[in-house]
Amino acid sequence: MAIGERTFPPAAAQPGTLQRFWNSFSIIFNSKVGTLGLAMVLFWVLVAFVSLFWVPYEPNANQFVQNLPPNAQNWLGTDHLGRDIASRLMTGTQVILLKTRLPGGNVSIPGGVALWGVFGSLAMGVLLGLNAGYRGGWADQIIMQVLDALIAFPQIVLYLVVIAALGQGDLVVILAIAITGAPGVARLARSLAMDIKTRDYIRAAETRGENTWFIMFREILPNARGPLLVDAMLRVGYAIFAIGTLGFLGLGLPPPDPDWGTMVNEARKNIFTNASAVIVPSVAIASLVIGLNLFADGLREELSRYQK
Amino acid sequence: MTDSSPCSNNSPPVLKIEELAVSYKVRGGEVDAVQNVTFEICRGETFGVVGESGCGKSTVAWSIVNFLGANGYVKHGSIKFQGQELVGKTGEELRRLRGDQIAMVYQDPMQALNPSMRLGEQMKEVLTVHRGLSEAEAEKRSIAMLGRVYMPDPADVMGRFPHQISGGQQQRVVIAMALLNNPALLIMDEPTTALDVTVEAAVLDLIAELRHDFDTAILYISHNLGVVARVCNRVGVMYAGEMVEKATVEEIYRQPQHPYTQGLMRCVPRLGSDKHESVLYPIRGRVPRPSNRPNGCIYHPRCDYTQDLCIQKRPQLRPLPNGSWVRCHLAEQIDFHDWKPSEEIHIPQSVQSTAADAEPILEVQNLQKYYPVKGNSLRDVFGMGEKRYVKAVEDVSLQVPKGKTLGVVGESGCGKSTLVKTIIGLEEPTTGKVIFQGFDISNELSERKLELMKELQMVFQNPDSTMNPSYTVGQQIGRPMEHFKTVPKKQIRDEVLKLLEAMRLGPGYYDRLPRQLSGGEKQRVGIARALASHPNLVLCDEPVSALDVSVQAAILNLLMEIQANLGTTLVFIAHDLSVVRFFSDYVAVMYLGQIMEYGPADAIYSPPYHPYTEALLSAVPIPDPSAAQKNIRLQGSVPSALNPPSGCRFHTRCHRRDLLADGGKICAEQTPPWRKWEHGHQIFCHLPAEILESFGPVITTTSQSGV
Repeated sequence: MAIGERTFPPAAAQPGTLQRFWNSFSIIFNSKVGTLGLAMVLFWVLVAFVSLFWVPYEPNANQFVQNLPPNAQNWLGTDHLGRDIASRLMTGTQVILLKTRLPGGNVSIPGGVALWGVFGSLAMGVLLGLNAGYRGGWADQIIMQVLDALIAFPQIVLYLVVIAALGQGDLVVILAIAITGAPGVARLARSLAMDIKTRDYIRAAETRGENTWFIMFREILPNARGPLLVDAMLRVGYAIFAIGTLGFLGLGLPPPDPDWGTMVNEARKNIFTNASAVIVPSVAIASLVIGLNLFADGLREELSRYQK
Repeated sequence: MTDSSPCSNNSPPVLKIEELAVSYKVRGGEVDAVQNVTFEICRGETFGVVGESGCGKSTVAWSIVNFLGANGYVKHGSIKFQGQELVGKTGEELRRLRGDQIAMVYQDPMQALNPSMRLGEQMKEVLTVHRGLSEAEAEKRSIAMLGRVYMPDPADVMGRFPHQISGGQQQRVVIAMALLNNPALLIMDEPTTALDVTVEAAVLDLIAELRHDFDTAILYISHNLGVVARVCNRVGVMYAGEMVEKATVEEIYRQPQHPYTQGLMRCVPRLGSDKHESVLYPIRGRVPRPSNRPNGCIYHPRCDYTQDLCIQKRPQLRPLPNGSWVRCHLAEQIDFHDWKPSEEIHIPQSVQSTAADAEPILEVQNLQKYYPVKGNSLRDVFGMGEKRYVKAVEDVSLQVPKGKTLGVVGESGCGKSTLVKTIIGLEEPTTGKVIFQGFDISNELSERKLELMKELQMVFQNPDSTMNPSYTVGQQIGRPMEHFKTVPKKQIRDEVLKLLEAMRLGPGYYDRLPRQLSGGEKQRVGIARALASHPNLVLCDEPVSALDVSVQAAILNLLMEIQANLGTTLVFIAHDLSVVRFFSDYVAVMYLGQIMEYGPADAIYSPPYHPYTEALLSAVPIPDPSAAQKNIRLQGSVPSALNPPSGCRFHTRCHRRDLLADGGKICAEQTPPWRKWEHGHQIFCHLPAEILESFGPVITTTSQSGV
């Protein structure tokens, strides 16, 4: 095969995992929309990291005049308790993106509530979806009927049910997001599994007598990860939105850490005297969600495009 | 030769393409799909374009009608249609032309016809829009044209939807539609590739006939040398975006001039040749990607005659004394018939067939596979409707002797794949038994012992789905070894490398992902994976159907070598009769789930024949214009397996039925008996043995071309 190797240089110089990841990731820069989305998301991630080490003022200290408009001292103004909005906004990114506070004490685990929530719905959804899609028949019927029933509930009602049953807390919000997101992920995973299970390599695994779980998680799942990843990206956006909604309803992430949705909720009583206290966190939520959406769109576009 | 027209009647060519180059813009650059293509087509002539996949055949056709997509464009050169320059024409002008004077027929008729419109409406539209004819007149002409392409009951077909007629009939409708406007140029892009061989034969007859009657210029694109030999006057061979040879059909097959054309001729098995007496010579290497085509002659890395001149200077397409045009510096010095295989190519030693009484490793007894069909009526929803079944495999019994190859042939939908899937356990048999190495394996796959699974592996058809895209070659070949524990964990890597070596893939392939492999390489890895557990029996489901001929030859040689070295038994499914004949020791011919004929390969391909085998053989396109072939064309299409014909399933289409009393009444009423000859040759037919023996051979070759 001397010729075969001449036309295709052997992959002797194996790129490292990091290099490979970067190679596949860098396709996002081909899409302007995707790059813009990525920039918006990265901006908030950066803000979150900066807030770990430095914020302009103590976010929970009411040390200023109440309801100040933006000025040189308080860049984004102050809220109805005289707290610096810029500092609260910055700290607010942490609970979404960087840390989850465990109940009973000051212990936090890395990864924000939105990320863990989406991870939870991915795990549940993939498990159910792969089983439904690959096994088919009765397993499929039962799993999908239950999930369809879940989808039939309005999401807000589901959130309320979960939180009313389990009380407030970061973990409860994660659970609520995970449960409401799981049916959607499951449907996607099911359709992907149903497509992939018709491929010959699955037949080959079956004729090898492979375990059902091996086929689902080792043979099917790796080939479904592209669409699932894009979907997860969108879901992080929805989760942030959901956290905002819960905060607005007064059921969101508990104090003391500031939370964007709660900020909007508290400031809306003074909306006519101090509009910026409502607008600023709303814009923050919107920009992060839109950024994630654009990023996911760009990613999907580039992944599905014909590649040379 | 620049000015004089090659057309016999001195009329200007209908289509004249000069120095055409087409490029596609892709991410990070351009792909030069086609370059330096020059040819012309005269009235009443069929010009064939052949070549392997990715050689730019279709791109040439699309560039004529400017269907290159958003990212393709004609880089330079000219396309003159009836003296008119087409390059640079705007959309509206081209659209007029396409409908009025240029027509296209594509590979898949189902996609060319609108599924939600009646066929009549679609046909009439051509005339009412382009010719401005009245409804009634258009209807009349459409019906006449359908009759012209031998559609049974044309007036009735006008009112049907595309899904209500068979694939062959659909293609006839598409051809009829293309001819309605009496186009000056008809472009056919692999029009019979998606059809079964018996249907293909009838469509090819039709195309050849229409060419005479309509005086149309036809550009016929195909990868199949046999098909081109049947319908074309002149042939252009394309390789890697260039036309490397242009000659009349007779010259191309008798005296191919370009080393690539010669290579192609050598890697197709001739119908009637087998592995004991002839050898396939694959072309080494593969078609280069457009982005790294070599300098000099584009073919030089794969050529056996390469000299320094070939590497330095790109040859031009130049005329030879015998009228052929060839793009080769050395054409005069190369003699097709003097060729010796280069030492780089491995020629497998075929296993000499020892006594035929080797004990059977696999025995299939009265196997039946029915698939239940869900009905749509309300009664079916409540489970009260009549249960209906697709009778995919009906009462099949056969034996595979150890160390031999059993070939299974038949048209699509005849149950070949179902048979194999049932044997390996992917489908559960409805009734019947499969006995493998003395064990009954007709139960479910999950109940089968690991030791038995290890001995029974499968090679799949589609190279693109045979490998899991997420894992490297090494991981995928190593997995069966790990799973069956045939090799200690630490030695797996070495063992995989050894296996890769045997597949003629270097150690560099170990860490490659499937997307970095070509189709032939993927198929080799698929074979390696099947062999990783050292099985005794490998089932091959059309392993070479999706591959180009030069790659196909290499894979067939590889399988033969494995068989010679390891003594593996093979069951080999294919729809290509020449490949099966070449490769198998025993052949089973299937029709609608039943075996029609079974026996040693040479006995199947010579009389006595089952009438179905006879029809199949006479339909095979042979890459040799001088071969004489009986002209038997089956009527209609394969009946539905939901409701197969009673008695002999073939009786509805049988052309020999009239030889029996009462016009073969018995065929419709009773299951035929097995007529037996020596060496286990059996024919499932009511015709008495004497009559079956009286049929003459289907193919008679006059010249012995090739090696």
